[in-house]
Amino acid sequence: MSPLLEARQLEFHRYGNPVFRPVDVALEAGRAIVLTGPNGVGKTTLLRLLAGILAPVSGTLRHNARVAFVGHLPAVKGDLTCRENLDYERRVGPPGIALAEALAQVGLAGLGSRPSRALSAGQKRRLGLARLLVRKTPIWLLDEPYASLDDAGCTGVDTLINRHLADGGGVVLATHQRHPRVEPGLLDNIVLEVGVVEESQ
Amino acid sequence: MYLALYVVPPDYQQGDSARILYIHVPAAWQAMFIYVVMTILAAIALVWRIRLTEILAMSCAPIGAALTLVCLATGSLWGKPMWGTWWEWDARLTSMLVLLFIYIGIMGLYAAFDDRRKGARIASVLVLAGAVNIPIIHFSVEWWNTLHQPATIKLTGESSMDPSMLPPLIWMVISTKLFFGAALLDRARNELLDQDRSKSWVARKVLQADQ
Amino acid sequence: MIGTGSATALFRRDMKLAFRRLGESLLPLFFLFTVIVLIPLGVGPGPTLLARMAPGMVWVAALLASLLALEHLFRPDLEDGTLEQWFVGEHSVYRRVLARLFSHWLITGLPVIVFSPLAAEMLHLPRHALGTLIVSLLIGTPALSLLGGLAAALTLSTRGASVLLSILIFPLIVPLVIFATGAVSMAADSLDPSAHLGLLAAFTILSLTLAPIGIAAALRMNLE
Repeated sequence: MSPLLEARQLEFHRYGNPVFRPVDVALEAGRAIVLTGPNGVGKTTLLRLLAGILAPVSGTLRHNARVAFVGHLPAVKGDLTCRENLDYERRVGPPGIALAEALAQVGLAGLGSRPSRALSAGQKRRLGLARLLVRKTPIWLLDEPYASLDDAGCTGVDTLINRHLADGGGVVLATHQRHPRVEPGLLDNIVLEVGVVEESQ
Repeated sequence: MYLALYVVPPDYQQGDSARILYIHVPAAWQAMFIYVVMTILAAIALVWRIRLTEILAMSCAPIGAALTLVCLATGSLWGKPMWGTWWEWDARLTSMLVLLFIYIGIMGLYAAFDDRRKGARIASVLVLAGAVNIPIIHFSVEWWNTLHQPATIKLTGESSMDPSMLPPLIWMVISTKLFFGAALLDRARNELLDQDRSKSWVARKVLQADQ
Repeated sequence: MIGTGSATALFRRDMKLAFRRLGESLLPLFFLFTVIVLIPLGVGPGPTLLARMAPGMVWVAALLASLLALEHLFRPDLEDGTLEQWFVGEHSVYRRVLARLFSHWLITGLPVIVFSPLAAEMLHLPRHALGTLIVSLLIGTPALSLLGGLAAALTLSTRGASVLLSILIFPLIVPLVIFATGAVSMAADSLDPSAHLGLLAAFTILSLTLAPIGIAAALRMNLE
């Protein structure tokens, strides 16, 4: 079976220099990949490349399934309620579980009609994660999913990831705070290295 | 060769002010020619991401803008004694003014990004948009002009050129072409060195940190 | 299929947002009337002078209304992260761009068109030219949104975006203004405006095919 997501020798430049050494990524169904590396090594950049937001300078990328990306920005419209935000997401992709169910799973039950502007940073984060549930997207790309979440929230993320893997999905996540509590056999690790800077003559 | 610029035009018919033609006309032609060159370079830069063409395309813009400005300024100076006014809403003047704005827009857009390669590629999109639009602008302005004020003096309507005026004009055209080539390469080299300097500077820092 | 779905979903959300900020959405209309009222006060109320200037004034008002909203065309989406979501995995950016521009046009172009008869009357535009004015606005204002969108997309992540935006948009829309006001002036002089309108339509169709491609490319580069 072909992997959900396959990338070969991806490379990206900023200010004319490579961000990291060329990377290969192959995400199999039911498995998770953790990206690690020091700050500024390009974990976010790599995730954005894998999502298709950025165009790689060189290398190839193939998605064999739909992709969802949760980044630093919550991608939530403050003027809309939580429910309206999720309703939009649900209409965009092949619909997943019901809105109320998704809100309950990320711990926002009962807040559906609140304007999302009024949410705290952690709650916005949770709303962003709920997006993963209302759409059927086998590939999850998560950038620091544990950021600004409390302990219960972090455990909640682990639960979501485990369930997703059990359903045959795949997850790539960047983190330097905490590794996901996933069965070790299902977890791969990619360590990014700083790109080589060409010395000019 | 560049000296020809000053030596050649001892040839006049309508008083000394007609000498301006030797700067005005080549500047105008060259300003448009540069845009063509820049469009080709920008297209290559966008498709193949070749750094050198990005730099060359972006180096075109200030030269083009300068020549457009020269063209407008000399045209205005020439217009004063000839037509009795500094500015006339003539079709050519208007389209040159628009061209100047496009050049300025490209330069501004390129300069507005910290990452110069990113800036170059985004400005290249604008170069292409301008390339589609410039002929339309020129056509529309010319048409608008003839509709609204058909009595305007036309640059093209000027007396057929005396043969004796032709050689210096051709020399001037050739020398502006050469000037453009030299200026372009010079600018591109500076830009390249500038980008490389920061690169080797970063590299040296990294090496120092390792030791 | 999915591409159409995401574009309509985006359009529905944009409309919802526009209604939630009704005051901001009505700004273009206020603008139209500010221009229509201030200019006669400035140049004097002579009907012949006003009638000559009417097509240009209505068009300039449409232009300003469109420009006014351009800075918010993509910027809020860039800042809250919804813009990068357009590019995730899918390949329907072109349609989403069109959906976004369509809502921009509905908010800035359509109100001007709806109220242009009133404006024309206030400016003493000859009645028989009114039809041409409306048709020119109907054909031309979409191009205004398209080209404005291109300028907005190019300058999205720059410093001093608003200055650049106005520098970029001026040359792009010169032909538009010339064709449109030309048509109305012809009609006011009881001449046949169809040649102008044809050119205007051609210009709009050309922008409709090319501008969204440029916008999608420029947006993606600005996300880097």
